[in-house]
Amino acid sequence: MNEEKFKFRSRMRALTDNSVTALSILATVIVVAPLVAIFVYLVYKGASSLNLDFFTQIPKPVGETGGGMANAIWGSALLLLLASTIGVPVGIGGGIFLAEYGRGTKLANAVRFTADVLNGVPSIVMGVAVYALIVKAHIPFLPFTGHFSGFSGGVALGIMMIPTVCRTTEEMLLMVPHAVREAALGLGVPNWRSVLSITVKTASPGIITGCMLAFARVAGETAPLIFTALGNSFWSSNLNQPIAALPLQIYVYALSPYDDWHRLAWAGALVLIVLIVLAVSLVRYVTSRGVLKGAS
Amino acid sequence: MPGSLVLVTVHVPDIRISQPQLQPEPPIPDIQKLAGESTSDVSAVRKFLLSRGNSSIADAVFHWLMVLCGLSIFAIVALIAVELVLRSQLSWQKFGLSFFYQAFTDPETHLPMFWDPVNEHFSALPFVYGTLVSSFLALLISVPLAIGLAIFLTEMCPLALRGPLAFLTELLAAIPSVIYGLWAVFVLVPLLRTHVNPFLIHAFGWTGLFNDENPTGLGFLSAGVILAIMILPIISSLTREVMTAVPYSQREAVLALGATRWEMIRMGVLRNARIGIVGGIILGLGRALGETMAVAMVIGNTPEIHRSLLSNGSTMSAVIANEYAEAVSDMHFSALTEIGLALFIITIIVNALAQLLIWMVTRGTPSQVH
Amino acid sequence: MGVGIEVTNLNAWYGTNHTLQDINLNIPANHATALIGPSGCGKSTFVRCLNRMHETNPIARVTGTVRIGDLDIYVDAKPVEIRRRVGMVFQRPNPFPTMSIYDNVASGLKLNGYSNRRALDEIVEKSLKNSALWDEVKDDLKKKSGASLSGGQQQRLCIARALAVDPEVLLMDEPASALDPVSTSKIEDLIFQLKSQYTIVIVTHNMQQAARVAEKTGFFLNGRMVEFDSTHKIFTNPSDKRTEDYITGRFG
Repeated sequence: MNEEKFKFRSRMRALTDNSVTALSILATVIVVAPLVAIFVYLVYKGASSLNLDFFTQIPKPVGETGGGMANAIWGSALLLLLASTIGVPVGIGGGIFLAEYGRGTKLANAVRFTADVLNGVPSIVMGVAVYALIVKAHIPFLPFTGHFSGFSGGVALGIMMIPTVCRTTEEMLLMVPHAVREAALGLGVPNWRSVLSITVKTASPGIITGCMLAFARVAGETAPLIFTALGNSFWSSNLNQPIAALPLQIYVYALSPYDDWHRLAWAGALVLIVLIVLAVSLVRYVTSRGVLKGAS
Repeated sequence: MPGSLVLVTVHVPDIRISQPQLQPEPPIPDIQKLAGESTSDVSAVRKFLLSRGNSSIADAVFHWLMVLCGLSIFAIVALIAVELVLRSQLSWQKFGLSFFYQAFTDPETHLPMFWDPVNEHFSALPFVYGTLVSSFLALLISVPLAIGLAIFLTEMCPLALRGPLAFLTELLAAIPSVIYGLWAVFVLVPLLRTHVNPFLIHAFGWTGLFNDENPTGLGFLSAGVILAIMILPIISSLTREVMTAVPYSQREAVLALGATRWEMIRMGVLRNARIGIVGGIILGLGRALGETMAVAMVIGNTPEIHRSLLSNGSTMSAVIANEYAEAVSDMHFSALTEIGLALFIITIIVNALAQLLIWMVTRGTPSQVH
Repeated sequence: MGVGIEVTNLNAWYGTNHTLQDINLNIPANHATALIGPSGCGKSTFVRCLNRMHETNPIARVTGTVRIGDLDIYVDAKPVEIRRRVGMVFQRPNPFPTMSIYDNVASGLKLNGYSNRRALDEIVEKSLKNSALWDEVKDDLKKKSGASLSGGQQQRLCIARALAVDPEVLLMDEPASALDPVSTSKIEDLIFQLKSQYTIVIVTHNMQQAARVAEKTGFFLNGRMVEFDSTHKIFTNPSDKRTEDYITGRFG
């Protein structure tokens, strides 16, 4: 009697085990399949619409075929440049604070926690805040306020970069072995010089990759730009006006009723995804080679 | 004394005390033999370094600069909070808390109506409903898949496949929302419209969750599916992380008792990783709640509440994205900003909760779980 | 030229742990002084009090007086200034990983603002010669990174780096303990030659090493200095029984 029960139980356990294995494999397939499908479809649709015009021409008026997204690419580049000048220095500074000056303190713990929480705040909320602060508010002596502008979009993106860069910088700095810092201190190098020229420099490959990740992330952001940079169908280098941006243009074109614009949206999406895949791959390559080359 | 001398040499045979006894004056240094240069450089270096001062000002300035950068995080949160609260004063003062649950009545159709900017009737209820429905639908779909993927990657996957698959998952997380939306509009929605929805209506229409009033294919279901695809990598990566953090000894202990692989996973790994997995799920929820672009592109943007998952709706983030740039009045602005404030508060709470759980797992005592 | 070190009533704490208790001793100039004792007896802490590295730990505390030459290092100067005059070589070699050999040796000067290129070349060459590393690396000074050398070479690089700033005192915290015997003997020869120029304090686990290189030796036990005398006397005729027990291997 007991032996039968045992055999039955064993068989049931084996069955459960096999089913779970099958389900896990199934889950993996269900996950991987759409991803591959998305990429393949993207490449297929995007590549067929990608030509030189795409990179050199601005959009044609509605109804005319052809045109490109040159203005959107350029606009994105300008926005990202502005965003980086805000996000990278402040973010790295915050990371230095967390790793070198505040380590273990309650303040640093609060900053770290807040940065992590901030990373999860929807980007559209960021856009609303920047809109209220810069676009809506009309401050007479500040030229960029009171209207839609590329400047406000860049600020929104830059603020979004700060928590990400801050945390990745901290993590990279914490990986620098304490012995390296001690060596610098023991030589009588001033603290600030030691932090910058020794610790940060040692961790710089990792810090740079962290910045690249943040850069790639905000490069694809649309929501904060919808009511700050607004978008622009013409070529513009003026950050004091609405400016085009690649993800914004993709959004507008995708929802439009024109096939031609759909085509452009796919091409734009392909360009964007190639940029991001490059960034992610580069990050992976650098971190797998070892962030601290040669450090013991 | 001879006795102690013998003792010492027996135990410490290698002493060779070859240098002379302590001399009152130091011997003339043999710098010539060592390096062949004059002594003038030596004191020049020392003189230079003595003149460098103690750089306490530079140190202090740098220190405070870094502190300022760290405090900028608080400044950002404060900025958002202040702006949102200030700009939503109008609608808050007019509607109060009922903003989130009131319903008006359309004078013509006598049906409930929630969002009428022209007549300044504002209720956030359909958006809250849409956010909750789409997010929980996304969780329902993605959690089992994410955990299944994580189990496969950590416990079953052949080593060669692990790297590429993990990389693929990472890429999935990096794809911008607008591209997901693009794909959803042109691929997912038609797919659902032609193949999946009819089946759902036919097979499960009796639940009231699926009806055929909306033939477009847009709606809560599409939003839920695309959201599921988007939050899946987050949940999966975190689950993988906490699963790999479980020490191998736990797995071995269970296996040694004669468990099958699944039982080993269930008892040895998942049980210990429970808290972290829940944290990952909540993190995914936080992302789903705030996701804007892809949702805005497929949910139909209709400020109504319907039981059917196939009907159009809207979410808190989608309505802001759609209407903010062209808001018709100050009250309209204020109402939208108030929705943004609610979204801000909700996502902060959810994310803080998730971070707490994750922090408990990564830093707290590991073996609290039973 | 080196200077003497005068330590009076030195006490050190790590938090509530009273690591050093009432240390009094005079370290002579231009000689090598060894500090021996079992693990955890405080000799490393003591040496780190001599260049104010001990206080880099936030829970560390020091009372007492340390005079290096005529300078009361805790009163008359800031830590940064002290550490330029008191060099340190650590237990595990720690060259700067992102810098070449040349830059490593020159780092103490360059990072303090020294910019005279030709003088730097000379100083680097002299320091490397003084640490017996010149012949092995003279062709790769700027090409190889500091971390690409072997363990023994890295430690000699660290010594060169410490010597380049022309300190008056050189502290060495078990400099050869992580190295193989060949490198160890090279470093001991080095210390032997350097002590005529600098005041050297060397912490060591290895009693034979102390006997080989140092004129004076101090024996530490449980945070106190038990005996401080000429090396010859410590190893042949110690005054304190605890010293004798340690020397003869009864404990430690």
